[in-house]
Amino acid sequence: MARRDFSRPVAITGIGILTSLGEGRDENWRRLTAGQSGIKRIQRFPIDNLRTNFAGTIDFVAPESQDTPQITLEAARRVAREALVQSGLGRPGDFPGPLFLAGPPIEHEWPQRQGFAQRAHSTAYAAMAAATQLSNEAHERFLNGFIADRIADEFGTRGAPATISTACASGATVIQLGVEAIRRGDATAVLALGADASVQPEAIIRFSLLSALSTANEDPAKAAKPFSKNRDGFVMAEGAAAFVLEDEDAAKARGAKVLGYVLGCGEAADNFHRTRSSPDGAPIIRCMRNALADAGLGPEAIDYVNAHGTGTPENDKMETMGLQALFGERLASIPVSSNKSMIGHTLTAAGLIEAGFAMLTLRDQLLPPTINYREPDPAIPLDVVPNQARPARVRRILSNSFGFGGQNTSLVLGLDAA
Amino acid sequence: MERDVWITGRGLISALGEGGDAHWSALQDPARWRGAVDEKSFAPFPVHPIGALDLDRFIPKKGDQRAMGPLMHYAVAATGLALQEADLAGDAAALARTDLVVAGPGGERDIAVDEQILAGIDQAPNRGAFLNERLLNDLRPTLFLAQLPNLIAGNISIVHGVTGSSRTFMGEEIAGIDAARDAFARIRSGQSEVALVGGVFNASRWDMMLLFRPSGLLLDGPWQPLWRRSRAGMALGSLGAALVLEAPEHARARGRRPIARLSAVLGDRSRRTPGAASAAAERQGSALEPQLLRGHVGLLSGACGSGPITAEERDLLARWGQSHGGIPVRGTAGAWGHAVEASFLGNLALAITCLERGRLFPPLDPDEPLEAPWRDQALKQVLVTGWGHHRGEGLALVESP
Repeated sequence: MARRDFSRPVAITGIGILTSLGEGRDENWRRLTAGQSGIKRIQRFPIDNLRTNFAGTIDFVAPESQDTPQITLEAARRVAREALVQSGLGRPGDFPGPLFLAGPPIEHEWPQRQGFAQRAHSTAYAAMAAATQLSNEAHERFLNGFIADRIADEFGTRGAPATISTACASGATVIQLGVEAIRRGDATAVLALGADASVQPEAIIRFSLLSALSTANEDPAKAAKPFSKNRDGFVMAEGAAAFVLEDEDAAKARGAKVLGYVLGCGEAADNFHRTRSSPDGAPIIRCMRNALADAGLGPEAIDYVNAHGTGTPENDKMETMGLQALFGERLASIPVSSNKSMIGHTLTAAGLIEAGFAMLTLRDQLLPPTINYREPDPAIPLDVVPNQARPARVRRILSNSFGFGGQNTSLVLGLDAA
Repeated sequence: MERDVWITGRGLISALGEGGDAHWSALQDPARWRGAVDEKSFAPFPVHPIGALDLDRFIPKKGDQRAMGPLMHYAVAATGLALQEADLAGDAAALARTDLVVAGPGGERDIAVDEQILAGIDQAPNRGAFLNERLLNDLRPTLFLAQLPNLIAGNISIVHGVTGSSRTFMGEEIAGIDAARDAFARIRSGQSEVALVGGVFNASRWDMMLLFRPSGLLLDGPWQPLWRRSRAGMALGSLGAALVLEAPEHARARGRRPIARLSAVLGDRSRRTPGAASAAAERQGSALEPQLLRGHVGLLSGACGSGPITAEERDLLARWGQSHGGIPVRGTAGAWGHAVEASFLGNLALAITCLERGRLFPPLDPDEPLEAPWRDQALKQVLVTGWGHHRGEGLALVESP
């Protein structure tokens, strides 16, 4: 398949990762390949009456802070720093390229609302709006653009920072936005960042009300069980990851060590239903095919799939169906594992965190497992790398991110540019 | 490869009505657009609300209507109008290739539930347990779906069948600039052939008053003209705006002509020290200056109305006018309110109507020297500014086809 000149590979020169397993790409990779779980009982707020009372939180990042924007910002800051140090690009406070951020929607949370009501001596919005006075700093903290703005300010990225929300595909979408900007020649380097720390009572309850979460409260570390017959929902989690993406020639010209490449990106939207995917799997199949076409590769070039693998009954069934359509009989010999079995579903950050793990998979030629795999589902005949990491020869990886609300993105990642 | 970017469809819904003609007509008569300001519903904060929409016309299925709040209704309606004008509505094959790019905030909260929970929480023996129990019992499961920003795009895909790809930008005014820039850059470079780009904002929400009022940004008395308000100068306005952007070859193959050309979309972020936003906009203006046709340029400003930043923009636009032999300006937030994420796209859509009429509409503020009446020459180019209330500076150039 001929490669179009505007779909050339883009180099990755820096990676930062932070999840419920810990801080830093090496610490995360060590624990992930040891099959450890970061999922635990929620400590951040009272869990009385919750249907699901566990999550993959990152309380170690900002133990004094209770709110989503502050914890998310601190996580974003740390992974950006790690990725920039590895890349050696730019100087502190001066990054020579734009920022694309995948982040959670931000709004006032219950502690803020309660504070407004107390000071207004009223619980009516009209009275709260009239009585509340906040500084500019307190105002900006609950804007949707807050995290990108702070990161742009601290790291000195160029231009208007973008904040993207394609739900659970957001992390992959920001990689795609960065790749496109570099391929167009708009930038020679991009900071692609995903961060999400939205484990709050209302957020977890909203997902509960959609019956999307696992309710296996008795043993949180065993709750996330993608591809298993007894899977019962995803596990809400937090985390962050950053990529420094660079034009390949520019990276080589400055003597940077290239860690690997984004070879292709694909998208396809699903218009079947707000929470369910098309029963024929057509959009996710089209999404994966678009990524391969963008990479100028066929399905035979893929050695391993880093699955979306949320552990909901629906996703894992549909993703399997999509993979069967894409790979045919060869699927039996392609390992497919889900990082979410260990770190949970990191929502808007998931696509970036999992792409980060895919790059470490390539580096160490070691497949991370799908843990908690005890009851195989006969309808899901996948090699899920059950419970233990496994050495393998891997040159190219397909990484899937399928968003709630119909936004799907797939990436093809490779060790070499070809 | 750099291609022209054609605009082949537009959708516009605001307090002034639906579509380009309705807006043009309302803007001819100060009594009409002034009469669309609602100074009662959210008093003391004036808002510019969208009137009742004929939902059945835009969203045929009742189930779809119920799955959304007003914010998403406006987005679906505006994008529907744009697809109709571009003759893409119902063309399943073309819509499956159409890239969707959206800018918007989260959807409406259930304010009544919030107020009830707040009313009970102080007396609760265990506040956390009370909050969890009440949220579990009182939140409607589907409400979440009407709140997630990415479901704006999700609902547009579902109702209109646009499924090429889907991207939602967040982040107040910058989101609208980013959305326009993303679609524009992809088509110009050959990364996309046809894109539907939209922005949406619903002003008639107490949670928006609570977001913008506490830092002293909202106009909290009788409505006044835009350019000389105090810091408390923003009157929010509801707006749904959408454009179909298309590569010329793609449009020609469908037998379509452009209604306008989008020639540039620039975005930046200054730190907002005094003069910093002007400096960023000056760089943008310098980049476009060689393309400007002296005497044929008008400007639609996205100035939000909050005193200091709007005054800074006013001074810059006055300098631009002086150095270009006059660039009449219209601060559209004076007529339809400040629409945050939708502001930039709203002005892009309105610019097309002005180009079609060959002139700007009459001044919204006749006492403001910037808002000079349009002259005799034909309007051929419209600059659109988008300065965020807090961050972000955008500039675009829309031209006659």
